[in-house]
Amino acid sequence: MPDVKQIRRQKGPVTYLLRIFVITYLFVLVVWPLSEVVKLTFAPVEANAEGGFAAFWERLQDPAVTYAFGLTLTCAFWAVLINLVFGVGISLLLVRYEFPGRRILSVLVDLPMSVSPVVVGLALVLAYSSGSGWFGESLESVGIFIIGSTPGMIMATAFVSLPLVIREIIPVLEEIGTDAEVAASSLGANAWQTFRRITLPSIKWAIAYGVVLSLARSLGEFGAVKIVSPGAEFRGETATLLIQNRYTGYDESTAYAAAFVLVLAAVLALVVVTFIRRPEDRT
Amino acid sequence: MTTEVVTPPGGPTRKRRSSGGLFRLSAASGLGLGLGVLWFSVLVLIPLAAVVGAAAAGGWGAFFDTLTEQQTFNALKLTVFQAFGVTVVNAFVGTLVAWVLVRDDFVGKRLLDIVIDIPFALPTIVAGLVLLSLYGPDSPVGINIVNTREGIFLALLFVTLPFVVRTVQPVLLEMEAEAEEAAASLGASRFTTFRRIILPSLVPAITAGSSLGFARAISEFGSLVLISGNTPNQTEVASLKILKFLESDNQAGAAAVAVLLLLVAVVVIVALDVFSRRVARRA
Repeated sequence: MPDVKQIRRQKGPVTYLLRIFVITYLFVLVVWPLSEVVKLTFAPVEANAEGGFAAFWERLQDPAVTYAFGLTLTCAFWAVLINLVFGVGISLLLVRYEFPGRRILSVLVDLPMSVSPVVVGLALVLAYSSGSGWFGESLESVGIFIIGSTPGMIMATAFVSLPLVIREIIPVLEEIGTDAEVAASSLGANAWQTFRRITLPSIKWAIAYGVVLSLARSLGEFGAVKIVSPGAEFRGETATLLIQNRYTGYDESTAYAAAFVLVLAAVLALVVVTFIRRPEDRT
Repeated sequence: MTTEVVTPPGGPTRKRRSSGGLFRLSAASGLGLGLGVLWFSVLVLIPLAAVVGAAAAGGWGAFFDTLTEQQTFNALKLTVFQAFGVTVVNAFVGTLVAWVLVRDDFVGKRLLDIVIDIPFALPTIVAGLVLLSLYGPDSPVGINIVNTREGIFLALLFVTLPFVVRTVQPVLLEMEAEAEEAAASLGASRFTTFRRIILPSLVPAITAGSSLGFARAISEFGSLVLISGNTPNQTEVASLKILKFLESDNQAGAAAVAVLLLLVAVVVIVALDVFSRRVARRA
């Protein structure tokens, strides 16, 4: 009787056809266009100009570009920080505590990932814009402007990446159980000591994973930010908005240079995530 | 809504912790929950309610008039048709890719596995730019997809690539060999084995991945901004229609389309939840 390993390992013409089809599909859809971006990033702007790394670097020195990346980093930093604190807190409450509405809340915290970025932006505008938002006028009267300024962009970024930290922590918390935590508190540890000594060490990799994912998502957010930001050069133009503005404004080389930086950040996040996943899998 | 709070230990569908019940809220954790829910409401719930409010402000009549107006209706129709087409292609190709990644073995397979994640990792605007670098106005292969329906289709294929692959892959990996072995020893051809033994157990994963991809395709914005030329009735999709409504200060119109997109997102989440529970119960 043939061993199943052999059955699965048999290679007919179909195997090779499928392999060739899949490789071609992924090459045409992803790999080839991506390599073209790399090529265009280091290509000279004009035929007689110099290309290469120096030209790429010079395009990034444009004050508007440095401003855009600075703003992107600011928004991403605050959004990730907010989501980290909120995410750890809500995850602990959802898994460890009993309160009315727990099921509903656990479904709702997953919702932001499925909402279209444009709808996220629209929702924030309809709630907080000073012209037409529900709370716009009262916020304006105390001198707070959310839409068209950095706080609104941070909120938009935090909205779209909200569930990422929670999704990573909850399964780990459910798996480790409460035995160690109960033991610690019965030995006289207070809530903070229990969290810091017992809970935190076991969820630290999940937190790191969630933070990297949120950071990657925040750096690349476009749709929601586009709607709540004024989007003009030096006025609310983030890196992703800059790419759109430059591409449509016939400054494609700068658009490609900025895009290349974001591609690098995305690939770096992928690599880091693979390395974080490993030690966790081993245990 | 708030009655089912505690899942009894050892419940059939959900894995709870091995011992111990849930903690009751103390003063500190109660305060934490209050702050968490407050922030979640300010960031997510109130803005989304504002969208529903704005769409409902003019009553059912106005809502339907907006959605059935020729340009809006065509945008919605285009969005649904494109998303549906992309979903069908993904259900086939995604399964094939997952199959090759799990069952085939060749040099560079690991690399291909990473390529699958790239569309998720890239910022959406960069995804659009990546496709335009090869299939745009300056295409080295002479294909220009700007302002065509094929371009929209290609962009949606790109951003939804990982959904089916990543849901089918783990199921294929964990599949037991016995059934295949039995089928083969009884004389079934490899295709029959695939159709009768393997495919049925993949269907839940394919369905789940496809619906996630469909929801994403319906709401996609960033990657289409540069590619879809936004010609009304021709290449204008729902999310870009929302942007156009907002730019012309028609917030009720924008909210009406947004509510429809929100509805699709919620339906998909609920359907998947119900579906996965049913599958879990049967297993």
